[in-house]
Amino acid sequence: MAVKDRLTGNEAVAYAVKQVNPDVFAAFPITPSTDVPMIFSSYLANGEVTSEFVLAESEHSAMSACIGAACSGARTLTATSACGLALMWELLYVASGMRLPIMMPVINRAFSAPLNINCDHSDSMGARDTGWIQLYAENNQEAYDNYFIGMRIGEHKDVLLPVMSCQDGFITSHGLENIDLIEDDKVKKFIGNYSNEVSLINPKHPVSMGPYDIPFYYMEHKYQQVQAVKNAKKVIPGIFKEFGELTGRKYSWFEEYKMEDAERAIIILNSSAGTAKAVVDQLRAKGEKVGLIKIRVYRPFPMEEIAAALSKVKAVAVMDKADSFSNCGGPVYTDVRHACYDLGENRPKIINFIYGLGGRDVQMDNIAHVYEELKKTMAGSGGELYRYLGLRE
Amino acid sequence: MAYNLKEEVSKPERLSGGHRLCAGCGAGTAIRGVLRALNVEDKAVCGVATSCLQVSSFLYPYTAWQDSYIHCAFENVAATISGAEAAYQAKKRRDGFKDTYKFIAIGGDGGTYDIGFQSLSGAMERGHDMVYVCYDNEAYMNTGMQRSSGTTEFAHTTTAPVGSVIPGKQQRKKDMTEIMIAHNIPYIAQTTFMTNFRDMHEKSYKAHYTPGPAFLNILAPCPRGWMYPNEDMMAICKLAIDTCTWPLYEVIEGEWILNYEPKTKLPVEDYLKPQGRFSHIFKPGNEWMIEKLQKDVDTKWEMLLKRCKK
Repeated sequence: MAVKDRLTGNEAVAYAVKQVNPDVFAAFPITPSTDVPMIFSSYLANGEVTSEFVLAESEHSAMSACIGAACSGARTLTATSACGLALMWELLYVASGMRLPIMMPVINRAFSAPLNINCDHSDSMGARDTGWIQLYAENNQEAYDNYFIGMRIGEHKDVLLPVMSCQDGFITSHGLENIDLIEDDKVKKFIGNYSNEVSLINPKHPVSMGPYDIPFYYMEHKYQQVQAVKNAKKVIPGIFKEFGELTGRKYSWFEEYKMEDAERAIIILNSSAGTAKAVVDQLRAKGEKVGLIKIRVYRPFPMEEIAAALSKVKAVAVMDKADSFSNCGGPVYTDVRHACYDLGENRPKIINFIYGLGGRDVQMDNIAHVYEELKKTMAGSGGELYRYLGLRE
Repeated sequence: MAYNLKEEVSKPERLSGGHRLCAGCGAGTAIRGVLRALNVEDKAVCGVATSCLQVSSFLYPYTAWQDSYIHCAFENVAATISGAEAAYQAKKRRDGFKDTYKFIAIGGDGGTYDIGFQSLSGAMERGHDMVYVCYDNEAYMNTGMQRSSGTTEFAHTTTAPVGSVIPGKQQRKKDMTEIMIAHNIPYIAQTTFMTNFRDMHEKSYKAHYTPGPAFLNILAPCPRGWMYPNEDMMAICKLAIDTCTWPLYEVIEGEWILNYEPKTKLPVEDYLKPQGRFSHIFKPGNEWMIEKLQKDVDTKWEMLLKRCKK
C-alpha cells in the first residue's frame, strides 16, 4: 500500500532523494529550491541517508562537483532555481556532452533583472536546448514521481543524459498537498542499482574524460549526443508504463484533458494546468467543446504526438510562462507551431499567450479569457498571434 | 628514505611522452615531478583546467595520462575534483572500496589566481582530501600570453603590452601562496625546479600524503611567453630562487618553514635580464622599474624571513 502523506513540492522531492540515497549531493542554496538540500541535510544529520553532501560555494561549483562525481560513477544530484541555473550554464552543456545522468530538480523561478524570486519558467526554458531531458510537474505528486522517472530515463544505458525535473517555485514547491508516497522497497526495485564501467574510479581501467576535440571528430561526437536524445524518445514510454504498473499513476508525454471532441484547446505546463482544468470543467458544463494539453516531457519534444493530438482541434492557445524575446512568441509556442506545420489542412490556428511572469497570479478568469479569445481565433477574427495575458494597462 | 633522482625517474611515467607541449615548457616538467612523488602502487584521478596542459596532453583520441583524467572547464577544476573525491569517499564508505586513490587538481595561474579562484577557495575550505597544483607561468599562455593577476609587474604581455605611454603590466603579482595559507589548510608549499628536483619532489610527496587539502604553487616558466631560450629553464628557475623573487618555503599545519636561503642574495635584475618580456626595463630612464621590483622583493623576503623565524 502506498503511504499517504501531506508534503510541499520541495518536501516531496527531498523525500524522493532520501529514498534514492544517492552517492553524492552537491548543492548551493537558492530560493525557492533551498528546502531540498536543507531537508536533505537533516536526513543526513539524523543518519537517514549515507550520501556525500558537498556544500559548494556556488551553483557553478555544485554542478562542477556533480560532473566530477558522475564521471566517477556516482549517482549524483543537485537542485536549483533561476540565477543558480544561469550560473551553471556552461556546465549544463558539459554535463550533457559528457553524457552524465545527473538529476536536477529545478524549482522554476524568474530571472533577474529586475530581481524577482517568484515563479515563471524563464530559467528552465532558457536551458531547454542544453541537451538535458526536461520533465514538468503540475503538482507535488508529479514532482515526486518525476524524480524517479527522470532517474530511469537519464540512467538508461542507451540514453545517459542529465535530467531537469521542473516544478513551479512557491506554487507547488511551498504548497502543501496530499501525496501518495511509494514504499522504499518498491522505489529501490524501480530505480535499481546504477553502475558505469566508464568511471574515473575503476582500478582495472583508468580513463581520460573531457578531451580537446578537433573539427574532424567534434561533429560526430555531437551527433552521438543527438542519438542519445532520440533513444530517450524511444525508452520513455516503457518507463512510464513500468511506473504506471508500480503505482497506478499512468503518465505519458502529455496529459490530454477533455480533448476527445475539443475544438478549442490550450497547451500549458506545470501548476497552472490545475487552474485551467477547472475552467475546462466549467466551460464543458456549459456545453463548450474545450480541452487542455499539459506537457510533461518537454525535452525530448514529443513533436509527432503533439501534432496528432491537435489534428482535430480548430484553435489552440499555447501558454508560455517565459518569453523568448524573439518577437515571435514564447518557446513552447515556437515548438508547438513547428510541430503542427505538416498537418496541412488539419492544421489548427495557433496563438500564444505569455502569462504569469515573475509570479503574476493566474486565475480562472484569465484562463476563461483565453478560451473566449480562441472563439475569435476560430472564427478567423482574432487579433495578434503573440500576446500577454493579465497585463495591467 | 633518502631522495635519489635516478631511482625516482626510473619509476613508470604517469604523464607519458608524445604530448604536444612546447619544448622547454615548465608545465610538463612540473606535472611529471608532482606525479612522480606518488607511490607507484597508488592510483590517481587528475583534473586539469582548460589550459596549455589540457589541450596538449588530451587531444582526442590520444591521452598522455596513464592515470584517470578529467577536464571539465577553465574555472572549476578544484570543484570538479572535489566531486570525484566525494564519489570516492562514498564508494569507500558505502561499498567497501579498497584501492587507494589520490586526487589532484591542476591549473595554470589563469585557472588558479583568476578565473578558478572561487572554485579553489571553496574546495580547500570544504576540506576535500586533494592536492591543488598551480603551474604558474605568469600569464594566459594558452590564449597567447595575456596578463593574469600572477604576472609580474612591468612584464610585457599581449593585453598589457609595452607601449610608448604604458610600460607593460601596471599591477603587482598577486601572492596566491599566502592567500592559500590564509585558508588554514594542512599543507601549502611554494616550489620550482632546482638541481635534482628534490624540493619539488618532497613537497609533492607531503602534499599527496598529508590528509586533507594541500596546495602547491610551482613556478613553471614558459620560454615563449617569457622570451628566453628553451634550454635555459633551469637557469631561470635558479635565478628566481637566488634573487628571492620566488622563495622556496612551505607551511605545515601553520608552521612556516624556509627551505632555501641563498648564500648571496642576487639582485633582481639578474633574474629579469635574461627574459625578453622585461627587456624594456633595462632601457635608460627606466631604472625606477628595477628599483621598484627590487624593493618589493626585499620587503616580501624580509617578511618571509620573520614568519619563518630566521
